[in-house]
Amino acid sequence: MTTTTARGAAPARKATGPGHGTAAPRPRRRPRSDLKVALLFIAPAMLGLVVFYLVPTIRGIYLSFTEYNILGTPKWVGGANYAAIAKDPLFWNALGVTTQYVLINIVLQTVLALGLALLMHRVAKSTFIRGSLLLPYLMANVIAALLWFWLLDYQIGIVNNIIDALGLPRVAFFGSEEWAIPTQALINTWRHMGYTALLIFAGLQAIPQHVYEVANLDGASPFQTFRKITMPLLRPVIVLVLIVTVIGSFQVFDTVAVTTQGGPINASRVLQFYIYQRAFTESDFGYGSALAVILFVILALVAFIQMKFLKGNESDLD
Amino acid sequence: MTTATSATRSSRFKSSGGSKRRRPFNWRRAGAWVLVILAVAVSVLPFYWVLRTSLSSNSALASNASNLLPADFNLGAYKRVFGLQTAQEAMAEGGSGAKIDFWIYLRNTVLFAGITTAGAVFFSAMAAYAFSRLRWRGRNAVFSLFLATMMVPPIFTALPNFLLIKNLGLLNTLLGMVLPYLFMTPFAIFFLRQFFLNMSREVEEAAMLDGARHLRIFFQIVLPNAAAPIATLALLTFIGQWNEYFWPLLVGNQENVRVLTVGLGVFKSQSPQGAPDWSGLMAATLVSALPVLLLFIAFGKKIVNSIGFSGIK
Repeated sequence: MTTTTARGAAPARKATGPGHGTAAPRPRRRPRSDLKVALLFIAPAMLGLVVFYLVPTIRGIYLSFTEYNILGTPKWVGGANYAAIAKDPLFWNALGVTTQYVLINIVLQTVLALGLALLMHRVAKSTFIRGSLLLPYLMANVIAALLWFWLLDYQIGIVNNIIDALGLPRVAFFGSEEWAIPTQALINTWRHMGYTALLIFAGLQAIPQHVYEVANLDGASPFQTFRKITMPLLRPVIVLVLIVTVIGSFQVFDTVAVTTQGGPINASRVLQFYIYQRAFTESDFGYGSALAVILFVILALVAFIQMKFLKGNESDLD
Repeated sequence: MTTATSATRSSRFKSSGGSKRRRPFNWRRAGAWVLVILAVAVSVLPFYWVLRTSLSSNSALASNASNLLPADFNLGAYKRVFGLQTAQEAMAEGGSGAKIDFWIYLRNTVLFAGITTAGAVFFSAMAAYAFSRLRWRGRNAVFSLFLATMMVPPIFTALPNFLLIKNLGLLNTLLGMVLPYLFMTPFAIFFLRQFFLNMSREVEEAAMLDGARHLRIFFQIVLPNAAAPIATLALLTFIGQWNEYFWPLLVGNQENVRVLTVGLGVFKSQSPQGAPDWSGLMAATLVSALPVLLLFIAFGKKIVNSIGFSGIK
């Protein structure tokens, strides 16, 4: 998301510059400040920001240092929640399971989407095809989950019937410990593949044609062109896609909540579902908040590392 | 520069002259098309299977599991969804007898998605106007603050927001469900600001000279001129809100305020493990997705084209 910001802000500022920068001499009305009007215009948004983003952020951090079961008042316990989390096998399990889910998603989604984007760019640019690929993305997670819950049903689901017809053993997609998380990841990949491909496709289209033509003249092979030109120029988009995918997958909830509910045993108890259970089913808000803080920190770290190492801010284009 | 241009031209000329006219059957191209078609099939065919299931009867599904056409074609599942069939009739068709108050959920979803979209888009447009067309100190700092909130994961604010809504006595009310989304979304502000920045100042300044105030400029010049991006944003927001699950699950989990996504989850979990009402569930799924499908058919191009923008620009 930060890439979006950084890249979006730059040309924008340029565009405004000549219009009313301090340097540009402007006739008539003088650089008076619109502060009063501006305050009026941002008042509702500001209310939303303060009440539903800023204060909750601070309150969430505060609650993570308390013991609070909704009834009564929060009781300050210092770092006790965090100490407990460090020794909580369910937390480490959730972290492991979530990481597994994230990894499958990144690899599968990025590779498939990159392939699809290249196909769209080279072979099929039609809006109809792009639209069809986007269809799953527009469905609710809940719908995607239910749809695949049926398609992958052990007894009479079509996928298992096909597997059976091929002479292979049926797979308990939701019911077995080793399949629970890969299945959730597959559903998510199905839903997001087209969307991710479209993002990359838009990036491909932004690469000026003449770069390729020059490479052609120099006798570069298609593979060399891809490695030396397409990939580097595509880097900002890939970084964006990776960040969005990782941050999004760390917060998987809907699919798990509707299908496996964390099971079998703990096989699909992802972090967000665990937070939900601790806070809302066991009404342990302090503990839940501490888990949420940890998730928040993980997400911030991941975004930071990705930006840093993949240098997402810079494009080789300029 | 000149050499590059002429070289470009000649190379393009050469390639189009040679291969395009009599393009021989190209295996690689054919293979690429097969892959494209496969991807489209994987994306779209599951929906056909859902439709096929919803038109089948539960008792016939098991024995005709792989038939491409509906097994024992009937509309019972849809009748069940719309509340036109009694539990007895449903069970006679192999259903579980669980029911779904579709009309109530639909009403709630329409209100939830409609109100949050209208509020968020309108108030975000106002803020975007202040961030793009007005000059004031601290503008960029405040804008960065709004952008920073994009980084906060929803689960993190959901817990304290739930407590706030609870303390206000708004649990299981439409107002409580709507409030956190009503005033803005950081993305909407960002999205619209991009468009407002690129609008020409001339009309606006002329209006200013005629003595128009900011409110009039906003309503009569900026909003109408940005109708297209605002419509796109509203569309995307509406679809997103229609599909929202987590927050409505927390705040609106009672029958009278339950939205479709939450209702579907409940309907599914009501089915006893032995005999889930597959055709009923698939009918409900399809009907719940129908508004988005219709929007997609009507505005598909707009949605598809906005994806490039939302990600990259």
